[in-house]
Amino acid sequence: MTKQLLKGNIAFAEAALRYGLEAYFGYPITPQSEALEHLSGRMIEEGRVFLQAESEVAAINMVYGAACAGVRTMTSTSGPGYSLMAEGLSYIVGSEVPVVVVNMMRGGPGLGNIQPSQADYFFMTKSAGHGDFHPIVLAPASVQEIIDMMGLAFTLAETYRTLVIVAGDGCIGQMMESAELPPMAATRQSRPEWAITGARGRDRNIITSLYLGPENLERLNHRLQAKLARIQANEIRYQEMQVDDADLLLVAYGTAGRICTSVLREARKQGLRVGLLRPQTLWPFPEERLAELSQQVRSMLVVEMSAGQMLEDVQRVVQGRVPIRFHGRMGGIIPMVDEILDDVTSLVQTAAA
Amino acid sequence: MAEKTTVAAATIPEIYEPVYTYPDSLTEVSTHYCPGCVHGIVHRLVAEVIDELGIREDTIGVAPVGCAVLAYNYLDVDFVEAAHGRAPAMATGIKRVNPDKVVFTYQGDGDLAAIGTAEIIHAANRGELLTTVFINNAIYGMTGGQMAPTTLSGMVTTSTPTGRDCLLAGYPVRMSEILAQTAGAVYVARESALDIAGIRRTKQAIKRAFLAQIHGLGFACVEVLATCPTNWNLEPWSALEWAKENMGAFFPLQTFKMTDEVKALGTR
Repeated sequence: MTKQLLKGNIAFAEAALRYGLEAYFGYPITPQSEALEHLSGRMIEEGRVFLQAESEVAAINMVYGAACAGVRTMTSTSGPGYSLMAEGLSYIVGSEVPVVVVNMMRGGPGLGNIQPSQADYFFMTKSAGHGDFHPIVLAPASVQEIIDMMGLAFTLAETYRTLVIVAGDGCIGQMMESAELPPMAATRQSRPEWAITGARGRDRNIITSLYLGPENLERLNHRLQAKLARIQANEIRYQEMQVDDADLLLVAYGTAGRICTSVLREARKQGLRVGLLRPQTLWPFPEERLAELSQQVRSMLVVEMSAGQMLEDVQRVVQGRVPIRFHGRMGGIIPMVDEILDDVTSLVQTAAA
Repeated sequence: MAEKTTVAAATIPEIYEPVYTYPDSLTEVSTHYCPGCVHGIVHRLVAEVIDELGIREDTIGVAPVGCAVLAYNYLDVDFVEAAHGRAPAMATGIKRVNPDKVVFTYQGDGDLAAIGTAEIIHAANRGELLTTVFINNAIYGMTGGQMAPTTLSGMVTTSTPTGRDCLLAGYPVRMSEILAQTAGAVYVARESALDIAGIRRTKQAIKRAFLAQIHGLGFACVEVLATCPTNWNLEPWSALEWAKENMGAFFPLQTFKMTDEVKALGTR
């Protein structure tokens, strides 16, 4: 395959299809509607299932149904739609069926706006619905990375029979850049043995999240927690740049993380020893690596397009070992390299003093 | 599937032919339903229809939230348990990826006529190849007898303690009449499980609704008027009488829509 100029929303939609997506259900919402539009044509062309639902509530429950039937299925949305899906997300995790959801975050709260934001971090990583659970949350920083993460998302969802959220932001969805799509993969020929497909020649399958006896429900929860522990042990992903000699560590993900690579380059030009840790999994969070780095740097700067949500995870892990400063923009404003660089400079000077 | 050992087979001499046994598609489990509740009757009708159509191994049920939340314990087919009101959306997802299977939802009035109104109307309007059995007993059973969207005017419930005042609480909703307006519905009927004749008609209607799906005609829904002796504070027999006297006037037993194709299917 060759590189081509691709818009993020179309790139992840086409990538999902090429990774064997069998059924897409969705509801239009800016800034990710191009994904639904793209799949409305492509899925039918490929003989797969596409349906525009009457709401995000219906869309996620259609996805839930298709997942119970054992097919590779997903939806995509943005903040307000993601809120409506929270009910279904909880049932999906409680029923242990594999589902992928793309949330192209936009400015909130409320209707907010349609500009890029990272304000759904808490909602996705900490409290994606009622009950005790975390989804796996992947955070791409480029069009190429969201393409690659679609394949990873399906693999993780099916390996662990759980919910995987690809946490983009309006910037990832709307920008065009050069990227390479995966080759077309065939859809799976068989359904998993747990799927509901009609009890032909086998005992019937029942998929439910209802456990009336508290002992049974606690047993389910222990199983889910054990699964989360396996995910934490095996699936943490992050990218780091120039951390070995760093005095100051930038911690940022997604679009903010990408901006921080420019900040890092500028800072290095000025002779400032700056490194970057960019989590690619927001849950599980790269706790161990961050804790290690907190032993060797002198300060940290967390950059987010929010009021400081991942910041709380950084503070929890670092436990006061080094000073942590936060640079955040809200309301759909993308922070500029210069304004972050000002913080970097003053933080390095303070640490040196 | 486990071998069926019916009570009849166990205790009645072999010279007698059993004429009333458990359908294959019904598990031999005592239900959790209250005395006098008709859920058990309607479950049996669904099971008999599945047996008669020979589709037990090709059928997928979608259970609601409400008293029938445990329907999968009794109907011996592949089953999923949906979120409250979302059964038609979940069933849509299942059917679209299993077009050769028979998918049905079994929903109560709170599930279908309140929280799931959008899902049922749009599933019907899209003409999803689904069958819906809709139990209307004019009250929320599982949560303890609160007002349902179908609660009759003046009816006392735990959330309308002085009787439903429609000016305050809104009016009872007639879902079958609404669903019959949708382009995608091919069969919409209201029957009752309040007496033998009604139960027989209900079974024919459920069978027709399954056949409409099997023949790829469109969405089909059978509403079944039912009782809730526990939350109506009536003995089982009185509840049946009360329902016949009061519910039928507002919820007429009628076939609201039946396309010619569905009519041509018959129910045999």
